[in-house]
Amino acid sequence: MSILVGRDTRLVVQGITGREGEFHTRAAIAYGTKVVAGTRPGKGGQTAIDGTVPIFDTVAEAVKQAGANTSVIYIPANGAPDAVLEAVDAGIKTIVCITEGIPALDMIPVVEAVRRAGARLIGPNCPGVTSPGRAKVGIIPASIHKPGRVGVVSRSGTLTYEAVQAMTDAGLGQSSCVGIGGDPIIGTTFLDVLMLFRDDPETDAIVMIGEIGGSAEEEAAAFAAEHLKGVPMAAFIAGRTAPPGRRMGHAGAIISGGTGTAAEKIAALEAAGVRVADSPTQLPRLLLEAGYRA
Amino acid sequence: MKIQEADAKSLLLAQGLPVPAWEVARNPDEVTEAAKRFFASGAVRVVIKAQVLVGGRGKAGGVKLASTPVEAREVGSRILGMDIKGITVRKVLVGAAAEIVKEYYLGAIVDRASRRIVLMASAEGGVEIEEVARQNPGAIHRASADPEMGLLAFQARGLGLAIGLRDPLLNQFVSIAQGLFATMKANDADLVEVNPLAVVAETGSDGKPRQRLVCLDAKITLDDSALARHHGLEALRDLDEEDPTDAQARKLGINFIHLDGTIGCMVNGAGLAMTTMDLVKHFGGEPANFLDVGGGARHETVCGAMELILADPKVKAILVNIFGGITRGDEVAAGLIEARAEQSRTVPMVVRIVGTNAAEAARLLEEAKFETAASLDEAAEKAVALAKGAAR
Repeated sequence: MSILVGRDTRLVVQGITGREGEFHTRAAIAYGTKVVAGTRPGKGGQTAIDGTVPIFDTVAEAVKQAGANTSVIYIPANGAPDAVLEAVDAGIKTIVCITEGIPALDMIPVVEAVRRAGARLIGPNCPGVTSPGRAKVGIIPASIHKPGRVGVVSRSGTLTYEAVQAMTDAGLGQSSCVGIGGDPIIGTTFLDVLMLFRDDPETDAIVMIGEIGGSAEEEAAAFAAEHLKGVPMAAFIAGRTAPPGRRMGHAGAIISGGTGTAAEKIAALEAAGVRVADSPTQLPRLLLEAGYRA
Repeated sequence: MKIQEADAKSLLLAQGLPVPAWEVARNPDEVTEAAKRFFASGAVRVVIKAQVLVGGRGKAGGVKLASTPVEAREVGSRILGMDIKGITVRKVLVGAAAEIVKEYYLGAIVDRASRRIVLMASAEGGVEIEEVARQNPGAIHRASADPEMGLLAFQARGLGLAIGLRDPLLNQFVSIAQGLFATMKANDADLVEVNPLAVVAETGSDGKPRQRLVCLDAKITLDDSALARHHGLEALRDLDEEDPTDAQARKLGINFIHLDGTIGCMVNGAGLAMTTMDLVKHFGGEPANFLDVGGGARHETVCGAMELILADPKVKAILVNIFGGITRGDEVAAGLIEARAEQSRTVPMVVRIVGTNAAEAARLLEEAKFETAASLDEAAEKAVALAKGAAR
């Protein structure tokens, strides 16, 4: 069992005919992910990816006719909130939204609808989820992974690749890698993923990659102190040198009113017994120091 | 995007909120004329406020009162051209000085933890809310707006009662709180803040003294992701206060923030870009900028980004750090080679490209005799050494 995605994943790609959608669907299939359907309203009945994936007009049809149980969204920001709601309405329980640049106020009613339906949304503005050796949903490069027992959760994209690559180079494989996204309003938080890792029999250690802005890292630290005692854990927080009041690329990465600084987050994590790295390359060593053995 | 007080007040007015009249003046003559108009319509004193996008302008001497047009001119001349936290004051807001009875705080934010719009109110107005949060967090009352129905009247009433308002101010407060929420929704704001929301004493139309709640100050931050769908709002961007490179970066579609150091950074991805800056600092250097070239960066983006970095005369070395996912390493390498051929001045550079098409990138860089690095730490360390070498 991996978390969120795995061998049972039957993926529908919303926006499969777009440039990103097509490119990453090919990579997902090459990795062994079961891609059972794509959607493109008005092109139902056609096929994508060299005739291997059926296209449906709606997510509901993809669920009914192809048995899709997970969705990934590669639809531009103006249509992405609707795409999430369509997936929810079709009964999909795991929805991964890669799209960047969705206005925060658009996401508020969307995350509420997801919550009410008992579904789970990863993102938006995230690189997706990979369970190495099983399934890859999103844009995380396949080459950096190695199957193993370390759970990785991150707010970032390329920084996650950096950390995962460092782990793989050190021989530490991963159970699941989850990019939760860099926006202020996201469907799944650090806390949610830590709970999933805690309950996952195949995850023995955790790496968390946070950044400035908000207080999600502090909430995760409080959870770790109470519920993850004895689980080797290491973290990295980006933005120690970020100036206050400026949005550092991600909509959510901003120090405002003196809160959301890297220093506060690092202090909270260290107080919770989590080792915090100065560089992502130190993460494997810190996990070993915390007692983890692959 | 932050907008000036005067523009924020216009957005509040558009939602029907009570905002006293103001004028914006850009030189001492305009200040004098504006002051004369307010005195002519019965003002005893006028207030002159620096229009800058940083907090603490009152403490910096950017907010002053004047009792005559002559004094207004004198005060206005002093504030115009003043430096507040590195920003030159280019305009001031002029208005009739209110007779303040009591100051409150009212703000609306996008709250990440609850994933809702939250309204915050406090009877401790007129001071920075962050200060109140530190000193006396119990003095801040909150109401969480329903994701579909918005801020309900009973919630707004609850907030008003919690900060001690009674009839008739309570009903005024309910309208103002709901108006703040409406302003947020109508403009896709991240933050709408009225501090102070003031009870002012004035003479009513019947000639009798009365008290009423008015928005004496306004601060609004707009969601950059939503600007494109509000056509009037982009015009509120204050180009005077921007670093000249900001507009150039927007045009290129890259995230760029100018900083004070000597090492220019070009990175793909926001988190990795911040990490690269952090490591430069860790190894004893100072980053000159935050620069995220974004996913799938190509030739023209790379060349444009290089221009932006080199436009800063303080830059002594450049660190390029690319972890290719969507971005193809060989395209970035080709872009760097082209950019170097065209660049206006020569600065030592260290390049690290890993991930998608890294091998091809390495071949290109080697042929072009670029200094390269294998790991993130090595790249940062080398860039710091190069900057120090160049400085000597």
